[in-house]
Amino acid sequence: MGGMKNIFAGRWGIIGAGIFIGILAPLLQKWGNPGNMGVCVACFERDIVGALGLHRAEVVQYLRPEIIGFVLGSLVAACLFREFRPRLGSAPIVRFVLGFFAMIGALVFLGCPWRAALRLAGGDGSAIVGLLGLGAGIWLGTLFLKGGYNLGRTQETRPAAGLLLPLFMLGLLALMFVFPAMPGEGQSGVLFYSLKGPGSMYAPVLVSLAAGLGIGFIAQRSRFCTMGAIRDFVLFRQTHLLGGFLALIVTALVVNLVVGQFHPGFAGQPIAHTMQVWNFAGMLLSGLAFCLAGGCPGRQLFMAGEGDGDAAIFVLGMMAGAAFSHNFSMASSPAGIGKYGMQGVVVGLLVCLLLGFTMRKKAA
Amino acid sequence: MTKTIDARGLSCPQPVMMTLEAIKAGGAAELIVLVDNETSRENVCRAAENRGWSVAGVAERAGDLTITLKKG
Repeated sequence: MGGMKNIFAGRWGIIGAGIFIGILAPLLQKWGNPGNMGVCVACFERDIVGALGLHRAEVVQYLRPEIIGFVLGSLVAACLFREFRPRLGSAPIVRFVLGFFAMIGALVFLGCPWRAALRLAGGDGSAIVGLLGLGAGIWLGTLFLKGGYNLGRTQETRPAAGLLLPLFMLGLLALMFVFPAMPGEGQSGVLFYSLKGPGSMYAPVLVSLAAGLGIGFIAQRSRFCTMGAIRDFVLFRQTHLLGGFLALIVTALVVNLVVGQFHPGFAGQPIAHTMQVWNFAGMLLSGLAFCLAGGCPGRQLFMAGEGDGDAAIFVLGMMAGAAFSHNFSMASSPAGIGKYGMQGVVVGLLVCLLLGFTMRKKAA
Repeated sequence: MTKTIDARGLSCPQPVMMTLEAIKAGGAAELIVLVDNETSRENVCRAAENRGWSVAGVAERAGDLTITLKKG
């Protein structure tokens, strides 16, 4: 295998990463995280944005330590294995906009690809529709890739620039310790805490942080990516990353069965709605945006931990998207899609198509 | 004949797409692929090996990785 020294780069490495996440995600639910949400990247970034008060949807405000762990765990792995490589400058504004609309789509479906997998593993039938939408969006993205779409080359930069997002995450962690949750209080210092709804459901802080760090570390080594799993199969018929994604789903299903969290059906699933057209369309938008940006929301966090400033911009775009999604009533709720959810998806698709057709400059 | 592909600064899937394009185009018995990160190296090597090519060597210099691929 051509000098492959990274044990996680092999077939069993990526499958092991999927199994690791597939065990931890349902357990985090068991320990307090919201149903079928284990480690949903989009949901948890949205909750962080709520904790910072950038949107005021009272039921989704909590500074999720898992996300902080994803970035810092990846940073630790990258430093240990000499893969921290500060870089930036590959169409940052485009990545911001792609992140923005990836989040709009995810919050119409109520979950990113990670949660689509976890919802399926929990028995939520609507997740199948979401995954089909995700696949369709990624397929659309591969057509643009084949047509020459790319965002251009990155430039090397100073370590400080590559460390900005990890430092931002450290800052959030510090805030959380300075202003911890107070029983019965919706606000602690500058941070907002949900008193009801999914934002009020969480595993113990240190458990969440440790799980996030572990996943961040292993995902950095194995290059785990839920979007890449489908993209590489569509584009090259390669099943490497797909093995990891499928391992996550199967493992989470087994763990859910063991701990009694598997409830098959369509109606009444935790934090989900059954407007299937919009479940499909939301994930279609998300899948297309992730594909055009080169990574699922988790992978963007892991790359940001490796010093990738463009992935960091994508993350900030997703956070901005989460704020707008709730402030503009584009986000769904268990009752159905938001007042302006349809408009958000349509505008997002138009913007992504425009970018897909126009960002074609040859990389040479 | 040797063909050189410069995929430095690009992230997946571009380096793999450029490599597979060159393999598909034929005509070259040896490909030199330049990448600047481990992930791209792994992806390019994996894709080439899937197409029946072999990795003859990987050299590192100043953060850049030079992958030599041989047909068969």
